[in-house]
Amino acid sequence: MNSIVTASVIETPQATAEAVVRLVDVHRHFGTTPALDGVALTVHKGEILGVIGRSGAGKSTLIRCLNGLERPDRGLIEIEGRSIVGLDEKELQPLRRRVGMIFQHFNLLASRTVEENVALPLKIAGVAKTERLRRAHELLELVGLAGKAKAYPSSLSGGQKQRVGIARALAARPALLLSDEATSALDPETTRSILALLKDINRKLGLTIILITHEMEVVRSIADRVAVIDAGRIVEEGQVWSVFADPKAPITRSLLSGSRPQLPEHIAARLSPTSGEEAIISIDMAGLAAQGAVFADLSAALPQSFRLVHGGIDHIQNQPVARFFIAVPMRDPALKDKVLQFLKARSARVEVLGYDTDHV
Amino acid sequence: MTPIMFNLLLRSLWETILMTGASGLISLVFGLPLGLALVLTNKGGIAENAWINGILGAIINGFRSVPFIILLVALIPVTRLIVGTALGTWAAIVPLAIAATPYYARIAEVSLREVDRGLIDAVRAMGGNRWTIIREVLVPEALPGIVAGFTVTLVTLIGASAMAGAIGAGGLGDLAIRYGYQRFETTVMVAVVAVLIVLVCGIQWLGDRLVERLDHK
Repeated sequence: MNSIVTASVIETPQATAEAVVRLVDVHRHFGTTPALDGVALTVHKGEILGVIGRSGAGKSTLIRCLNGLERPDRGLIEIEGRSIVGLDEKELQPLRRRVGMIFQHFNLLASRTVEENVALPLKIAGVAKTERLRRAHELLELVGLAGKAKAYPSSLSGGQKQRVGIARALAARPALLLSDEATSALDPETTRSILALLKDINRKLGLTIILITHEMEVVRSIADRVAVIDAGRIVEEGQVWSVFADPKAPITRSLLSGSRPQLPEHIAARLSPTSGEEAIISIDMAGLAAQGAVFADLSAALPQSFRLVHGGIDHIQNQPVARFFIAVPMRDPALKDKVLQFLKARSARVEVLGYDTDHV
Repeated sequence: MTPIMFNLLLRSLWETILMTGASGLISLVFGLPLGLALVLTNKGGIAENAWINGILGAIINGFRSVPFIILLVALIPVTRLIVGTALGTWAAIVPLAIAATPYYARIAEVSLREVDRGLIDAVRAMGGNRWTIIREVLVPEALPGIVAGFTVTLVTLIGASAMAGAIGAGGLGDLAIRYGYQRFETTVMVAVVAVLIVLVCGIQWLGDRLVERLDHK
């Protein structure tokens, strides 16, 4: 797919792969409110980066800066090693052909057929008609819409429209695909199929993808790396599974609240911070730590020491990410500390959330 | 109705069609680019320019404020310059076109302004320039509205052309005023109104069918 094949392709991807996107200290203000407040970010070739944040966090501004739809006030933005800050509309045009974009509301031209929509970037690039229609059919095949070439967008479902959007974004063989809330207008099932398609394209074509979203599930299902943005700043960044396993920033925890087990509300409501019949403890384990038979071993070492309250094991990027809540009886005050010690020795992160005053 | 009256009716119909058609065509040729210019230079447009936008808007509003009958008389020197005479059917086309152009420009502006900004973003993101946006997005996407607006303009022109009788332009309206109203010839009046109804319905029907074919929303 890529036009530049160098001798150094034997290197492992990601850590050493070339940076497709590099942002250093990017600022953008609307009036006095900062939309981007010193963003630094690097995206490597072949990687899928999920940028997540609440609405108004600056994620839309961020992604629109990457193809010059939005201009930063200051900072450095490089696409494939070329700085794009300060380029005028005309100078941005060749760059934009290297960057495809898909949108929440698809943004397909209602007056054009599906194949004409897909071929439009090539028409703009000056490709001859037969060639661009050939390419359009090839792409419609790729996104599973070969039979819809002559249809108008209005006759398609939301998921089909987004498939056309994806085909169109790929038409000019971009190095980077930007996804601006591409699944936010779709139902959960369609969302899954669109995400699967994006992942498939990422693997097949080695395409670098940056997707912005407010849904953790989107990040979880296809991203390699996640960047959490809040008030125009990247507050947390890392491998998806490790951020899911150990979210540091409060905003990340809050965004994750729907995706990881939470202490049931009726129990949380009656917790006392100081004393009670049982100590409620949260246990977070990920990677190797979550692979052993932790609870069986704990039970063997300290019989009758705990009961399971809630939790489960998730698998993200093929890594187990476990989060459990246990209750430890307080009749023997030393027991709680022994349990905590045992778990810590197994590399689990533990936290005493409080004491249940009312357990029968 | 006498054969003479019948011939007069036919001639008037032709004059109306000529005046409406010619001035309508001119208003399309000048009004559409003018409407486009208004949208492009508007705040948030792809060629934002408050000065040009303000000046164009003021000129358009100026022409639209003048009652047509006044415009008809006020434009006599201009008409004479262009057509060579200030009287007759051809002479009426000049003031009709000048009145219809700003009218149609506003109608076209409304249609063009309703094109989703997201589509413009999408084409900019593909590397399209302003010309691409006009050619590939604004005009094709607004086309059903542009055509529907043109139909409205034509029907309005049929009405306005009645006043052009004041400078001897003829036409159905003039016939109705002189024979039907001033000479109390009810038959002529009824006949003219019937022809006008058929004409207006015909134009509207054609316009609607065309919009139906163009609209893929």
